[in-house]
Amino acid sequence: MNEIGLTHILFVSTILFFIGVYGFLTRRNMISMLMSIELILNSVNINFVAFNKYLYADKLDGTFFTIFIITIAAAEASVAIAIIIHLYRNLKSVDIDDADMMKF
Amino acid sequence: MNSSTVIFYILAALILGGGIMAVTARKIFRSAIYLLFSLIGIAALYFWMNIEFIAAVQIVVYVGGIVVLIIFSIFLTHDSGGEMPEPNLTRALFAAFATCFACALTILYISKQAFIATQNVTIEPNVKNIGRQMLSTTDHGFMLPFEVVSMLLLAALVGSIVIALKTKPSPSNLPEGDALEAEKK
Repeated sequence: MNEIGLTHILFVSTILFFIGVYGFLTRRNMISMLMSIELILNSVNINFVAFNKYLYADKLDGTFFTIFIITIAAAEASVAIAIIIHLYRNLKSVDIDDADMMKF
Repeated sequence: MNSSTVIFYILAALILGGGIMAVTARKIFRSAIYLLFSLIGIAALYFWMNIEFIAAVQIVVYVGGIVVLIIFSIFLTHDSGGEMPEPNLTRALFAAFATCFACALTILYISKQAFIATQNVTIEPNVKNIGRQMLSTTDHGFMLPFEVVSMLLLAALVGSIVIALKTKPSPSNLPEGDALEAEKK
């Protein structure tokens, strides 16, 4: 193998992204789906940091995008867990198929 | 093959193995622990790329914050030893097929792409440079997004407290039959 560069890191983040997509499509448990979303967001962060370091080292934009994505992911996780706990109080379940009262 | 290459492959195996186990483990608590390993591996990958600030933020926010939040919510909503049901076989098969195909296509395009790095003088991504540009109000400063995202974080935290507040159980919330049906499942 040649020198480890941008391409190898992009392979890792691509595979991690699609692992997250697979988990999001197959899991029916809301907390597991939230974990899959965290995996997807992390793979995006790896991409931003790697592009910033290997291609545009004269700027810091990728680093800033990563910081803002981490902040928004924290906000999203807290709101999602609050909603999940509230739903659990009403439905006694965290299965996504049970939460269908707004569907019809 | 030097030591940096070996470390990269170990980190990649940690990240991807943790990720795969996190989305396929039958017990949800184990799934959260595998997610923890995957996130630690990503932080180590940032250290490997010499981006120390992002690595520290990753450990503090994800490993110390979000995973602990997820584990607490598992304790609040599950009997944590219980196994989750098997996924629907057709759905799992189609999801695996779609993701493998899309992954192969993306990897093909990445391996064909020739990336050209900039020749300009580089900026160290250390805390000093990040902080100076983050709070600068001149061109290329990130002062406005910084303030907006801090307001968003405040609003999200207040909102999540309001959503998760315990309300008095009112009978109009849910019909009795639905509650019993959910109980059976």
